[in-house]
Amino acid sequence: MNRDDFKMFLNNPDLIYFDNGATTFKPNQVINAVVDYYTKYTANAHRGDYDISNKVDTFYEDTRRVVKDFINAKDESEIIFTKGTTDSMNMIVFSFMKYYLQKGDEVLITKAEHASNVLPWFELEKEIGIVVKFIPLDSNYKVTLENIQKVVTKKTKVISLAYVTNVIGDIRPIHEISKFAHQYGMLLVVDGAQSVPHMKTDVLADDIDFLAFSGHKMLAPTGIGVLYGKRRYLEVMKPLEYGGGMNARFESTKDLEYKELPLRLEAGTMNIAGVLGLKAAILYLKNIGLEKIHKYEQELKKYLLERLKEVSNITVYNEKSEAGIVTFNINNIFSEDTSRYLNHYKICVRAGNHCTKMIKDDLGVKNTCRISLYFYNTKEEVDKLIEVLQNSDKIYEIIL
Amino acid sequence: MDNNFKRELMIDNCNNPYHKRKIETKDFIKANTNNESCIDNIDLYVKVENDVIVDAYFDGEACAVTTSATSIMLRKIIGKSLEEARVIMREYFKMINEEDYQDEVLGELNIYQDISKQPSRKKCALLPFQTLEKTFKIYESESCK
Ligand SMILES: Cc1ncc(COP(=O)(O)O)c(C=O)c1O
Repeated sequence: MNRDDFKMFLNNPDLIYFDNGATTFKPNQVINAVVDYYTKYTANAHRGDYDISNKVDTFYEDTRRVVKDFINAKDESEIIFTKGTTDSMNMIVFSFMKYYLQKGDEVLITKAEHASNVLPWFELEKEIGIVVKFIPLDSNYKVTLENIQKVVTKKTKVISLAYVTNVIGDIRPIHEISKFAHQYGMLLVVDGAQSVPHMKTDVLADDIDFLAFSGHKMLAPTGIGVLYGKRRYLEVMKPLEYGGGMNARFESTKDLEYKELPLRLEAGTMNIAGVLGLKAAILYLKNIGLEKIHKYEQELKKYLLERLKEVSNITVYNEKSEAGIVTFNINNIFSEDTSRYLNHYKICVRAGNHCTKMIKDDLGVKNTCRISLYFYNTKEEVDKLIEVLQNSDKIYEIIL
Repeated sequence: MDNNFKRELMIDNCNNPYHKRKIETKDFIKANTNNESCIDNIDLYVKVENDVIVDAYFDGEACAVTTSATSIMLRKIIGKSLEEARVIMREYFKMINEEDYQDEVLGELNIYQDISKQPSRKKCALLPFQTLEKTFKIYESESCK
């Protein structure tokens, strides 16, 4: 769908881009929003009394409203702009959890989490003595409520999970997990990096306490992301950054006061172009419809899986997962050699451990190739991939 | 050298590498290839006695270039003195970096002479010797004590 809106396709007519989990292409609508800001009304936000600055202010705050509606938050002040998922996760852990949790409190994650939902917790464990525990994955690498119940104790205070994982592409039963968590007074943190771009997000319906996601994985520019938090939690967050934009006043007597939410958590000049690009990206996605995108990707994935069955010497690791991600290896070939081989035919896939270095314990394999789809991918592209994979006995002739 | 011959030698050493073992043995110096830019992950084990490499082996997962180059490197350096191994290493680095080098020192390792034409493969070809260099450094710092 909609390939004409993407100059990347125009400029790279034979390119097959299957690495949308890493980042996505940007439609003209997003690029134009950024260019307009830099060519028609460049100014800082929250700072000026002149027309173009006022316009930037208005558009910047409009975006907050657009994001709020997009994820169905209650209030605009619950939307904080960040650099991306990683930044948002670090804010959740070091601005909030560091003060909310105490020594011995337990946080549950899984071995399928991305580094940004692992390392901040490991660091906090070192800093204040929380205990990070792993929810066991079932035989399809999924999280079940049953398995969560197995590891929950009286000390469990937080469950922190990706809605959709970036290697397996399973959709976690967040709604169910949320109910369970709240029933026992636990908080639920959700890494939405791989879900928000592909399916409808509803933080109210799922009763999510914190949500992190990145703009660049959903058509927006790099360097812009979102932290959503319930107001009562954001209210007590201790900012990680202090400076302009977030203070209400300060005196030489060191008497000071910070602004109200959300600005208190957005110190310094923010990525304004990114914010404006994010708005265009969300409007673009809404215009197609997230339900339609999700359905299209699922159909394309089903087609991809069916066609992969025709290739004899490959192993697929996540056939049972729901999202548009397929993880595989050509048997006895190192994943990086496979991605180089595919690159020869201008097919972009990601090889490696995908920043999810602990899943190897469960998967039994350290490195894999990952295909991650988006709505602009097509069956024709899948056909081309299959053709190339069917000829992979020539792999070393191509890459060596 | 004929390209087919080079490729065959790489494939042989990749599919059936020499000196690839799983056991962890005492008295071996261990170093790992880990670097940020790639996912090749090889542990190299080297045993040095009186400045002679008496045994060496590797374990891990890596691409065809790194695996084959490690295999060929180990065949080349086992039994050599550290000094001889350093000469091989120096000439190998020169070759990969497209400088003048003495090809007679390198034997089968010469099959990687054109690898720099593919910049993304250059680091794969360098990894085995860079890791060997790490083991030498560990050996030196330990023998100083
Ligand atoms: C599940 C998941 N979480 C977090 C991230 C990190 O996102 P970013 O690099 O935009 O901060 C990614 C990106 O790869 C991801 O896939």
